[in-house]
Amino acid sequence: MAAGGIATGAIALPALGFALGPLFERTEPRAFQDVGPEADFNPQTYVAKVITIDTEVGEAGKTTVYVRKRDPSRDSDKLHQPYVAISNRCMHLGCPVRYVQASERFICPCHGGVYQFDGKVSGGPPVRPLDRFETRVRSGRVQVGPRFSLDSHLHRFKVRDPSNHLDGLWQYLYPSRPTT
Amino acid sequence: MKLLPGPLRRRREAETDGKPDGRPVDGDLRKGHEQDAREREKAGDRQRRREAALEVPIAVAGWVDERTGAGPFMRGMLYRKVPPSNWYYTLGSATLFAFLSQAITGVFLAMYYRPSATQAYESVQHITNDVFLGQLVRGMHKWGATVMVILIFMHMGRTFFFGAYKYPRELNWIIGVVLLVLTLAMGLTGYLLPFDQRSFWATVVAVNLNSSGPIIGPYLADFLRGGAEFGATTISRFYAIHMLLIPGLIAALIGAHLYLVVKLGVTAPPWMKAEKARELAKEEI
Repeated sequence: MAAGGIATGAIALPALGFALGPLFERTEPRAFQDVGPEADFNPQTYVAKVITIDTEVGEAGKTTVYVRKRDPSRDSDKLHQPYVAISNRCMHLGCPVRYVQASERFICPCHGGVYQFDGKVSGGPPVRPLDRFETRVRSGRVQVGPRFSLDSHLHRFKVRDPSNHLDGLWQYLYPSRPTT
Repeated sequence: MKLLPGPLRRRREAETDGKPDGRPVDGDLRKGHEQDAREREKAGDRQRRREAALEVPIAVAGWVDERTGAGPFMRGMLYRKVPPSNWYYTLGSATLFAFLSQAITGVFLAMYYRPSATQAYESVQHITNDVFLGQLVRGMHKWGATVMVILIFMHMGRTFFFGAYKYPRELNWIIGVVLLVLTLAMGLTGYLLPFDQRSFWATVVAVNLNSSGPIIGPYLADFLRGGAEFGATTISRFYAIHMLLIPGLIAALIGAHLYLVVKLGVTAPPWMKAEKARELAKEEI
């Protein structure tokens, strides 16, 4: 009986560790990536740039980031970022949103999620504002860094999956990854 | 025939006519008759071989039966009493056939498919455009998946409306529901593998749907992706689940499902009168 238990554990534990291991590995990109000179960006509209979030999977590892200069008269957030870099990952279920200048909205093609100019939800099923990336300026060039999530008041949180609520008690029901 | 043990070899007429196998018998014959004797011998040989060949299947079955004792079990399974059948009762077998078709076409697709994020799409295009009959086999697998899901639901509906899930067959219903869920999981994991835009974003949505469950949701999504981002581990993980983990479970559960079908018998259709059932029961006693 005990021998059977040990034998089962000897097979099951390594297999389980193998399957669950990636949960505890840091797979979020940390490094900052160059997205262009400061002159490329302005406070009025977003410029679409492509960054790599996974280097091993080719095109599938790239994502669009919408970048504009922060406008202190318009942006009331206290995120201390010189530029606003918004992820195109919809916070409903992760489809790619598109910025439409005519309506100053981000619009998701999958299930009709709509976001305001600053990424807050203005309609549809999304549960929280669009994720953002850290930004910084080095030698006159804008760089985009790690992703972070926001609640509906644009308070910064550790990165969460799309569909995870962050307001109030919800934040405890959707824990962040152990390594972020 | 020498492979078969003595008791299983049927006694042959040829052996009793004083002419043992293959032994030359012309030693004591005059020269003029040698030709004639050889001819007769050849004809006898042919006759013996034909009889031996006809015996092979029976002998093989006997050989296996003697070592497995499968005879009574097979008789019980193949000659068991079933209610007057109709086409609704074939839906289960049809689902099984769909599963076997998926398994076979899947094995052959796996010979050409490469489960890597950078090569998966190209390898699927290669299967579709270049490989001989590749389009057909891929089409069979793709449409067969839909057919299998439809057949499962029809089979389930038949079981429900005939009341075939009731005592003592509840466990078989539960196994069937697990098989249904596993089949849908096959659909989910298989959908990613062509790795085109549609399958990529559909899987992103599906994984985030898993993430929307409180507390364990985010961990489940991480498990499916193999990390925080949809990356190189995701597609190989889906591939392994799709072609190793779930098919094994499905095959094992189909075994249990069929065992219970045979063990418990088939439910009579609801329009069969009770007297008829009683007659059948009497017949069985």
